[in-house]
Amino acid sequence: MLTITAPSVKTRPAGPPAGCKITLPNVIKTKGRKVTLDETAKRMAWVKHINLVRDRKDQAAFAELFAHFAPRVKGFLMKSGASPDLAEECAQEVMATLWNKAHMFDPAKASVSTWIFTIARNRKIDILRKQRRPEPEDLPWGPESEPGQEDVLVHQQETELLGAALAALPAKQRELIQKAYYGELSHSEIAAQTGLPLGTIKSRIRLALDRLRHTMG
Amino acid sequence: MADTIKHHLTDDLLMGYSAGALPEAFNLVVATHVSLCDECRARLASFDALGGEVVADVAPVSMADGSLAATLSLISKGDAAVSAPAPRRSGIFPAPLHDYISGDVDDLKWRKVGGGVSQMILKTSSDATVRLLKIPAGTAVPDHGHRGVELTLVLQGAFKDKHDRFGTGDIEVANEDMHHTPVAEEGMDCICLSATDAPLQFKGFLPRLAQRFVGI
Repeated sequence: MLTITAPSVKTRPAGPPAGCKITLPNVIKTKGRKVTLDETAKRMAWVKHINLVRDRKDQAAFAELFAHFAPRVKGFLMKSGASPDLAEECAQEVMATLWNKAHMFDPAKASVSTWIFTIARNRKIDILRKQRRPEPEDLPWGPESEPGQEDVLVHQQETELLGAALAALPAKQRELIQKAYYGELSHSEIAAQTGLPLGTIKSRIRLALDRLRHTMG
Repeated sequence: MADTIKHHLTDDLLMGYSAGALPEAFNLVVATHVSLCDECRARLASFDALGGEVVADVAPVSMADGSLAATLSLISKGDAAVSAPAPRRSGIFPAPLHDYISGDVDDLKWRKVGGGVSQMILKTSSDATVRLLKIPAGTAVPDHGHRGVELTLVLQGAFKDKHDRFGTGDIEVANEDMHHTPVAEEGMDCICLSATDAPLQFKGFLPRLAQRFVGI
C-alpha cells in the first residue's frame, strides 16, 4: 500500500448539496503507480490546513502545506523565467505570505492552489516584470463573512472539475494555456478561448457574490 | 451598480490580467472595472482558478536544504505581516485609482485638450498610457481611430457613439478598425478612464497637429 503525503482527510457531509454533480474519484499517478484519491477531500483538507495556520499558527500544518506547494511554486516561477536561486527565494516569500495572510483566504471563492497562484503571480510581477498591478477594490466584508461549509465544498469541487478538464485537453491547447500563465505570451497573443468550462465555476462565484451583496444590503 | 453594467471586459483582457501579462495602464483599467462589476469579478476569479490549476499541475522543483526553516524565520521577522489598510472608494474613483490620483474630480489638475475636453495623464510604465478624460455634457470627443487597443471605462455620466450607449461602470474595448465619435450625454459631464497601447490617431489635419502638443 502506498502512503500518500496528502493531509488527513476531512469527513465529508453525508451527501453532495442539491444540484451538485457527484464527481468520480480521480486517478493520480504517483511514482509510476496509480492510486485513487478523493480529490475533493484532498482539496478540503488543504483548506483545513490553512485554517489551522490562521487560527492556531499551526507549524505542522504549515510544514505540510510547504512540502506540497513550495516546490510547485518554485517550478512555476522557474517556468516563468526565474533562475533557481530567485525562484527559491520567491517561493519562500510566497509561503511566508500564505502564513501572514491566512485570514484573507476565502475557500468559497478559491482553492488553496488558486490562492497560492495569485500570491505567486503578484510576486512574479514585482520581481520579474517590475510592473505594477493594481488590485480590484476589496469587497466590504461584513462580520458574517465566514463562508458556509456547503459553499466551500461546492467551490472546491468546481476547481477539481476544472483541473480535470485542463488535464483532459489536447496537449497543444493545454500548453498554450500554461504558456499564458508562465508569462510567455503577450496580452495580444493571449487567446482566451480555452475550451474549458469556465462558465460553471464563474456562475458559482457570481452566486456567492450576489449573496454577499444581499446580506450587506 | 453591478446590474446596470451592460458592457464588460473581454476574456482575453481578464485572462491577461489574471496571468499578469498586461501593461500597467491596462491593469489599472481592468482592476477599476472589476471593482465596479461583480460579473467580471466572478469571471476573473474563474481565470485565477485556472492559474491555480496550472500551478497545481507544474512539475515540482525541490526546495533547497533548510528552506522551511528559512521561511519560518522569514515569518518570525514579521515585516511582511504589516500591510497598509486597503484604500477605499472615494467619490467616483474606485480604490485602484487611489495610488494614481489624490482628491476628487475638482481637485485634479485637468489640462484642456481642445473642444472643451480635459484630460489628466496618470503615471504608469511606458508600454501603454492611461488618462482620465472629462467631456462636458453634450460634447463630442474628436473622431479618432486606433493603432492598438483602446479601453474606455465610464466613471461618471455616459457617452454614446453610433454603435451604443455606455453608462457608468461600462467599458468599451475598441480595436484598431474602429473609428468613432463618442458624445457625452446631456445632463452631466462624462468622466472616463481611458487606456491605449498606441497613440490615438485623430482624423483631419488640425486635431493631428494638436495631438503633437497635447500628448493624446
